[in-house]
Amino acid sequence: MKYPEVNIKTAKELGINEEEFELIQKYMGRMPNFTELSIYSVMWSEHASYKNSIKWLKTLPRDGGVLLTGAGEENAGLVDIGNNLACAFKIESHNHPCAVEPYQGAATGVGGINRDIFTMGARPIAQLNSLRFGAIDRDHTKWIAKGVVKGIGDYGNAFGVPVLGGEVFFDESYNSNPLVNAMSVGIMEKGKMVSAIAEGAGNPVFIVGSSTGKDGIHGATFASADITEDSANDIPSIQVGDPFQEKLLLEATLELIETGVVVGMQDMGAAGIICSTSEMSEKGNAGMRINLDKVPLRQKNMEAWEILLSESQERMLVVVEKGKEADAQKVFDKWDIHCVQIGEVIDEDKLYFHYKGEEIAQVPASTLVLGGGAPIYEREYTEPAYYAESKKFKIEDVPQPENLKEIVDFLITHPNLASKNWVSEQYDTMVRTNNMTTNMAADAGLVNIKNTNTALALTVDCNSRYVKADPKIGTMIAVTEAARNVACTGAKPVAITNCLNFGSPYNPEAFWQFVGAIEGMGEACRKFDTPVTGGNVSFYNQTTINGKTEPVFPTPTIGMLGILEDKSRKTGLSFKKKGDVIMLLGRSKNDINSSEYLYSYHKIKNTPPPFFDIDFELQLNKMLQLLAKVKLVESMHDISDGGLYLNLLESCLENELGFDITSDAEVREDAFLFGEAQGRAVVSVDMDAEQEFIDLMIKFNFPFSVLGHVTKGELRVDDISYGFVRDAKNKFMQALQNKMEA
Amino acid sequence: MKFGVIIFPGSNCDHDMVYVLRDKLNQEVVELWHKDTDLQSVDAIMLPGGFSYGDYLRSGAIARYSPIMESVIEFANNGGFVFGVCNGFQVLCETGLLPGALLHNNDQKFICKNQHIIAEQKHSALTEYVPNGKILTIPIAHGEGRYYAPKDVLADMMQNHQIIFRYTNEDGDLSEDGNPNGSSMNIAGVCNLTGNVFGMMPHPERAADEDLGNTDGLMILHSIIHHLESKKA
Repeated sequence: MKYPEVNIKTAKELGINEEEFELIQKYMGRMPNFTELSIYSVMWSEHASYKNSIKWLKTLPRDGGVLLTGAGEENAGLVDIGNNLACAFKIESHNHPCAVEPYQGAATGVGGINRDIFTMGARPIAQLNSLRFGAIDRDHTKWIAKGVVKGIGDYGNAFGVPVLGGEVFFDESYNSNPLVNAMSVGIMEKGKMVSAIAEGAGNPVFIVGSSTGKDGIHGATFASADITEDSANDIPSIQVGDPFQEKLLLEATLELIETGVVVGMQDMGAAGIICSTSEMSEKGNAGMRINLDKVPLRQKNMEAWEILLSESQERMLVVVEKGKEADAQKVFDKWDIHCVQIGEVIDEDKLYFHYKGEEIAQVPASTLVLGGGAPIYEREYTEPAYYAESKKFKIEDVPQPENLKEIVDFLITHPNLASKNWVSEQYDTMVRTNNMTTNMAADAGLVNIKNTNTALALTVDCNSRYVKADPKIGTMIAVTEAARNVACTGAKPVAITNCLNFGSPYNPEAFWQFVGAIEGMGEACRKFDTPVTGGNVSFYNQTTINGKTEPVFPTPTIGMLGILEDKSRKTGLSFKKKGDVIMLLGRSKNDINSSEYLYSYHKIKNTPPPFFDIDFELQLNKMLQLLAKVKLVESMHDISDGGLYLNLLESCLENELGFDITSDAEVREDAFLFGEAQGRAVVSVDMDAEQEFIDLMIKFNFPFSVLGHVTKGELRVDDISYGFVRDAKNKFMQALQNKMEA
Repeated sequence: MKFGVIIFPGSNCDHDMVYVLRDKLNQEVVELWHKDTDLQSVDAIMLPGGFSYGDYLRSGAIARYSPIMESVIEFANNGGFVFGVCNGFQVLCETGLLPGALLHNNDQKFICKNQHIIAEQKHSALTEYVPNGKILTIPIAHGEGRYYAPKDVLADMMQNHQIIFRYTNEDGDLSEDGNPNGSSMNIAGVCNLTGNVFGMMPHPERAADEDLGNTDGLMILHSIIHHLESKKA
């Protein structure tokens, strides 16, 4: 094959601008050849280089506390969880692949994030996912949602790691651009982390796992471009997953690490061999000499640049101590997977690639990567007009409706609020026998760390409607809600990972949302002392509605880790028995801003975020942890989407109980029941413990009120019956299935 | 007792089975690799859940040809105790050690949830310690769990007490709403004619740890240990 001539036109076709093209020539001291240009194209893509976001990401709190590695230093963040154990966790997006091929897009997203965890030597023990789809009544949305859920299920179920939690949200904002964010969590012995580093001249470099094909070429570049009507033409950029290979790779990798011969290891994700070789070399101030003829291929007639850029799944690059090659080989022979030496580490900042007897590329490793020579940009941003407009909204604009029962029926069957069991039952949530929330519903997933007294609390959260309303406050709420969910199980929030899904960084209004979100995240994470361990940025998410292209709702998904040091403090969200007293922590507010009620029922869509006070949130969070510690409550459940009514109903389901409550005379009844003002949680208390509970609240001067009590099954507000729990439960559990299979 | 847990490539409930037997029930456990043929003088063979060899063809279809299975078949034919859970059950049906087959769930989706089952037999190696009429909650997690056998085979199985567990709703009824996957006669678990080879789709090892809030599976596992001990005595 004859390669295209290298000039600015070729460069632009590969997504490289004029300025970058000149910089490449400067680094190389000559004109690059086509292969070298392709290398820079993927390595300097947004996806691999963070060139438009890194300036802002650096403002986040990224170390300290329980962190064992700084953000971005390794494949995933690492946290000390006591018991001589460390927890590796990270969330990543696979949005663009899922927009055109939902099943494989989602499956390979799950594969990729799990490899990030076990390449460090940690065994994955839990997964979560955060999914956003278009309007649910569209056939296209159902096709995407069904494919994504099946893709996550088929891959994760075979791989054998339970799904502990997640989110599913529908809005027309995601019509042509779904968001699929997958998180994996693993544990390992402390001090045994394998670094993504290449060092020691002469050490052999191995490729292990699947053979390499033409799938996924330029995937990183694809992920760094706008989704358009022509995106389906990019299907060859999408990788195909093989969970069986991944399972073998996991077991073989962990066994290899046990032998002690590994110098460094990195999985192959975006940008394949070129990314792993350059990042590992840069980290070790070294280089590599690689012979591409040795790479096991699954297709004939592959060009060198195709081998370098292929994103074929289930592969790793491993540097082993020289002389110990046979030890490595033995492990991979046992598991019947490839383990082939393709080169060696050299003492020079250069990557040399050979193919068919020729040196086909020679690039300085450090110029390719973030923190090395990759460009860093500052992007312009401007406040969009909708922001000032939203502040004009007043609750008085909405008349108080007469029939609240009709609103209850609407909300408990709304796909954003109803049970997500149609989704979660397609995932194996119990393999590895560590899920403590199968038989005790809770605000966060709880993972049993066997043979210790510890459990981990895990959650993913983001209400992107709030972030659209106010990027800074909305993102502070996302962090805070995650922390509330963790605290409601009794655990202490310790760290987060983030998945930043935004529109184009070249759109100043979309970038304004990004900047606001980062500011809010930084402030909230400092407040809760939950540093950011790493994550992922996904730009260029946009959707076309009525001929107008707009960024999706800005969606900075927060994945949070909490530690429950004493398992006996674990607390669920379900009411336990008739007669228990229902208490509200925090204060009711006359606020319906940005609620599902206001947005979907009244269809008033541009309003400020709900009431939020971060100082009080911290107090509330500590109070929730304290209540679990002193074992004064039967249940704890924070108030979030859908407001108080949804909160109470959710607490009734597991044990089929009801509630009888009285509203607050100071607050409109629709705001009391359906408003989403932050800083609130509902707890239930045994009658015999009521006085002790009240004494504690008074001692801490903590705002609370008595809402009512748990009933045998009837749902009552202000002496009006809203029916019985069995009927409500049926509606709530069936609603999503009815919509999806309609 | 000494248990052998078979490890196929793609097994993923192997650790769970080993953990329950070793850490929760204080039994001796050896892991038996699919490429080996030595059963190491175990008293019982356990085939765990998972996706053996990826299960891309049909669940259990490849695993039956592995070297270790030749030894397991011989062990079973000599009266040895063999128990397959989920994928292990599928493998045992593929080998012919158990009657019937496991087909795609009737709604074509993978399904994972807590499921109610009741013991059909009072006296079997799996149910001795299950109280009469007790509705057990045992998790299921499968895409191919719809038990099927021809009518005459089912009639024989009934006659010969080979139906061990059946799916029920929360009230213990053998109804359609209690049948998660469309299995013939709500069948969740069976045994062979000689009563030494067992298979079930629900996972007793997932309901055997007080930290997870459900220990119904221990009744089944205790029954097995009791059966093996009395056989040995």
